[in-house]
Amino acid sequence: MAEITTLREAVAGLINDGDHVAFEGFTHLIPSAAAHEVIRQGRRNLTLYRMTPDLIYDQLIGMGCASKLVFSWGGNPGVGSLHRFRDAIQKGWPVPLEIDERSHADMANSYVAGAANLPFAVMRGYAGTDLPRVNQRIKFIECPFTGEKLAAMPSLRPDVAVIHAQKADRRGNVLMWGIVGVQKEAVLASRRAIVTVEEIVDDLDAPPNAVILPRWVVDAVAVVPGGAAPSYAQGYYERDNAFYQAWDPISRERESFTAWMERHVRGTTDFEAYKRSLAAAARETVHA
Amino acid sequence: MPDRDYSASEMMTVAAARRLANDSVCFVGIGLPSTAANLARLTHAPDITLIYESGPIGAKPDVLPLSIGDGELASTADTVVSTPEIFRYWLQGGRITTGFLGAAQIDRFANINTTVIGPYDDPKVRLPGAGGAPEIASLAGEVLIILRQSERAFVEKLDFITSVGYGEGGDHRQRLGLPGRGPVAVITDLGVLTPDPKSREMTLTAVHPGVTEDAVRAATGWPLKVANDVAVSEPPRPHELEVLRDLLARTEKAHAGQGAA
Repeated sequence: MAEITTLREAVAGLINDGDHVAFEGFTHLIPSAAAHEVIRQGRRNLTLYRMTPDLIYDQLIGMGCASKLVFSWGGNPGVGSLHRFRDAIQKGWPVPLEIDERSHADMANSYVAGAANLPFAVMRGYAGTDLPRVNQRIKFIECPFTGEKLAAMPSLRPDVAVIHAQKADRRGNVLMWGIVGVQKEAVLASRRAIVTVEEIVDDLDAPPNAVILPRWVVDAVAVVPGGAAPSYAQGYYERDNAFYQAWDPISRERESFTAWMERHVRGTTDFEAYKRSLAAAARETVHA
Repeated sequence: MPDRDYSASEMMTVAAARRLANDSVCFVGIGLPSTAANLARLTHAPDITLIYESGPIGAKPDVLPLSIGDGELASTADTVVSTPEIFRYWLQGGRITTGFLGAAQIDRFANINTTVIGPYDDPKVRLPGAGGAPEIASLAGEVLIILRQSERAFVEKLDFITSVGYGEGGDHRQRLGLPGRGPVAVITDLGVLTPDPKSREMTLTAVHPGVTEDAVRAATGWPLKVANDVAVSEPPRPHELEVLRDLLARTEKAHAGQGAA
């Protein structure tokens, strides 16, 4: 049952070293503040799931929080490569990173199977590609009715799902809209769920078919305004494209990355302090 | 091409856009495919349905998205569905007429690599990976591929097959049981390659104005098959160029205006 709490308490109470954690949000509503809090609390040896590892996973990986990554597309959208992700895979820095690589359709289907409490997902896919050759979890089965060869993958069942949404009510029911990605499936596939929201309101005032996560499938709700930045929250703020571009030089070298993370994430107490720290750095640049 | 009033990149985008029809239902990749698909929508194909893997169906963005899930796609779409629904009901369900992909590397049978350069376990360059491409390539009714042509991109042998075109050629695609027809054209900044009806080898069937067959051969990492009768692409019409340039200028302006960093 959802408890309305702080992000610090939610992460401290619900994410342990070694857990399998899915931070989802498909370019929209990316749970950046929650990822930062995991870095601040120094979690280690996590198996991280995410269809589209982008900046927050570059940060988690580069800070040594992860030992394994389950993913289907890793890049800085609209900009290029993820330098920390590449350094971890190519050079094992700061710690070796095992990968379990899929396609988007696989991950989406495998979350659905997890949410449906099935052992595996089935789809038309992967035939002729090299992914089954490098990922032993991808198998082929024969349809018992038609004989068609289909791809089968074990369902995704993370320990914890972490997402960001627009609103919760005072009882902890969560509402999101716009590009909703796989967040509902990830929450229902996971044992525990943490949701950060832009605001808590008296009444969600949602139409009957809105994407709602009832409070009894969520463990913690924390208010973090702007908590999806530099991604966007539809109805609240736009995507900070300039930050995605700025991330490329920041993350290119280990030293510049580490200095940035130490100053703005490890060196701040929460997401509000992080935002103030970034604003201060921007003023320094202007005055330099 | 000093006497031309358009760039090779513009010619490529226009040539690709012309391959989409008003009744196409197009599953759009980010970057070059998205530019060409929206150019089609803003010129000869106003009723085209653009679907992005993040969930928007019938997106009509006024400016091009930087990411596959920009708010502009959601707020201009007929509807926005979940990512599982996009892949399960709309793509696997057989409702996509045209899959439109980019690529990092391609081979003579239009198989695509977007995963890794070098060995998988010890990569020289780690690329982003599959995303939606493998299932788009296998399930869409037909596939268009757009990328700039160079020896580095058009290679004799892929280090990794992320998405299948015609596999090893001939009827390999049918033997693999892939539902869609496969790639019907590879559109580049130099010309257009289409599959040989029997061997399925991608064959140069058109060059853009001012481009020689030898120039295309030189930018290809295998002995390129060239059709007996190579056509010359129709240059971009003034209206196509005007709409494309307006779209790119609007996009540039909108994205430069965002963000605080």
